[in-house]
Amino acid sequence: MNSGLPTLTQHRKEDTPPRKTSRSRYLPLAATVSLFIAVSVLGSVMYTGFFSPQVFLNLLIDNAFLIVVAVGETFVILSGGIDLSVGSVIALTTMVSAALVEKAGWHPLVVIPLVLAMGTAFGTLMGWLIARFRLQPFIVTLAGMFLARGLCYLISIDSISITDPWYAAVSQIRIPVMSGASLSLGAVIALVVLAAAVFVAHYTPFGRTIYAVGGNPHSALLMGLPVNAATIGAYALSGFCSALGGVLFTFYMLSGYGLHAMGLELDAIASVVIGGTLLTGGVGYVIGTLFGVLLLGIIQTLISFDGSLSSWWTKIAVGALLLVFCLSQRAFGDRGAAKR
Amino acid sequence: MDDTVRRGMLRSAMEHRLGWPIVTLALLLALNAAFNPGFLHVEWRDHHLYGSLVDILNRAAPLAVVALGMTIVIATRGIDISVGAVVAIAGAVAAWTIGGSVAGTVTRFPLPVVIVAALGVALLCGLWNGLLVARAGMQPIIATLILMVAGRGIAQLITSGQIITIYYSPYFFFGGGYLLGVPVSILIVALVFVLLYLAITRTALGLFLQAIGINPTAARVAGVQARRLTLGAYAFSGLCAGVAGILISSNVKSADGNNAGLLLELDAILAVTLGGTALTGGRFTLAGSVIGALIIQTLTYLIYSLGVPPEVNLVVKAIVVFAVMMLQSGEFRATVAKFARRPLPDREVRR
Repeated sequence: MNSGLPTLTQHRKEDTPPRKTSRSRYLPLAATVSLFIAVSVLGSVMYTGFFSPQVFLNLLIDNAFLIVVAVGETFVILSGGIDLSVGSVIALTTMVSAALVEKAGWHPLVVIPLVLAMGTAFGTLMGWLIARFRLQPFIVTLAGMFLARGLCYLISIDSISITDPWYAAVSQIRIPVMSGASLSLGAVIALVVLAAAVFVAHYTPFGRTIYAVGGNPHSALLMGLPVNAATIGAYALSGFCSALGGVLFTFYMLSGYGLHAMGLELDAIASVVIGGTLLTGGVGYVIGTLFGVLLLGIIQTLISFDGSLSSWWTKIAVGALLLVFCLSQRAFGDRGAAKR
Repeated sequence: MDDTVRRGMLRSAMEHRLGWPIVTLALLLALNAAFNPGFLHVEWRDHHLYGSLVDILNRAAPLAVVALGMTIVIATRGIDISVGAVVAIAGAVAAWTIGGSVAGTVTRFPLPVVIVAALGVALLCGLWNGLLVARAGMQPIIATLILMVAGRGIAQLITSGQIITIYYSPYFFFGGGYLLGVPVSILIVALVFVLLYLAITRTALGLFLQAIGINPTAARVAGVQARRLTLGAYAFSGLCAGVAGILISSNVKSADGNNAGLLLELDAILAVTLGGTALTGGRFTLAGSVIGALIIQTLTYLIYSLGVPPEVNLVVKAIVVFAVMMLQSGEFRATVAKFARRPLPDREVRR
């Protein structure tokens, strides 16, 4: 395109394709957001009482833990990996919290940092195994999933309910947003985590390295980027997010149980994919994951508002959504590859 | 001289792909035998074989069938995480075609139709996965994730969200019956294994599958119909899951859309890995996957017989997976070799 020897700045000015591809990269995100709006409008037209601020805020309240977990999962998937252990880490977090608070009598403010550290350590260990020994993320996190669920049962086979007044009080906190509508503390924490994650992903060296590693680990290594550290960091972050999600889940359920959050990893992965992140890594936006979670949430709300549809339609709808998004991503991906 | 020969034999036995799986299984069996005196005892009682070993084989049957299908998919560098959901769908279809009549001899459709319907739907599920992977070019894990999520919903749709009890007694033959004194489910697994083994070894199919797994592009360039074979691999995996669905629903005499075959995909992948097939595709071993399934079932049996809560099984499984992963990892071996470096003259010579 350029004749002669262009300087770097000239090259950037004249070469527009990067901007074009970034615009097409927004397409899946735009599709998710518009689908979310379309479903909201559909629900508001079809059912009375659907269009109220509290219904939408309830989406945030009921899915707060999923938002946090899915944000962590987004980083792992952006780095080109996958984390199947998130659901069981939630269960382990609820179990350890319940056991320490109820059985050992520890104060929640001591327990919460402890379980967060535990989740982070768990993620770091898996990340280290994956990065150091070149193991497949799928299998490592699968083993992690078995391990965390099994550890729950080592603590107790039965559910432990939390009667600690501090937990009950915190779970009751409601932050008024506007006329009569309010958010739970968990939802606020989820939004804070989301904002922090957007910042980390797009404005820090760590975030950019994750994108680079997910795009092409080999070139990232040749560029001198700390590939192994970034991979371990992604899993550590996911472990932390799972533990934080577990803390929020503890507030939500007020109990610890080995069967909590069964299959949640599927919801998290589905939210990330529907949010427009490519499972091959390197492409996607953290904010898309929020809309992925919200879209899943609003479909559930719609089905519960309808009343005549059974709950299993949710699963079929989520499967159909996954299909549509993956197929369309394939189409975009192919076009992008052809351009290159 | 004699010592070196013996060591050479030992090494070649251990370097054989089935070496480690067989040693693991033997070790677990020995542990079982040590804890339960009558463990290895097999006797003829009530006109059929009876004993712990028969029990393990019988209970491992559904997992072994699914693992066989999974092996073929993994050989082509794929993975099929929808098998658990397909098991639930096949069971639900079988239960629906039998109908809910309480009389033990009444069925909505004749038995062959029931079997064909269940297997047919499972085959369709497999074909669907195969189309997404081979035609649409999706990543195998995400392509099968779709059916894994939606499949449970479909199974619940068929069973109307309830656990359907099956009363039609001829159907129980598959999962709980005996033929010539041997449990039918074991015979079904043996049949699938033998047919598959013949197809793999007596035709070029095995070679083609390996070629696709090792290098898909090269295989295609060399004239292997990679797409069609990949499609076939997923279809076969679906069919195997259907067989397992029939075995399970006939054994527990009910179909549960939500819980039938739950986490079976993970156990199957574990069985394949334990058997010595690398998840990166290429070389695969059918016998290894069956042994892997037996290892998992023997481990479960051991944990039960020790009186440990069965849920703890998960921790043990996790440790086993970690151990196997480390052993399979070249990086780990290199690290260990660094610590225990010693000259390996005879290996050099053999190369």
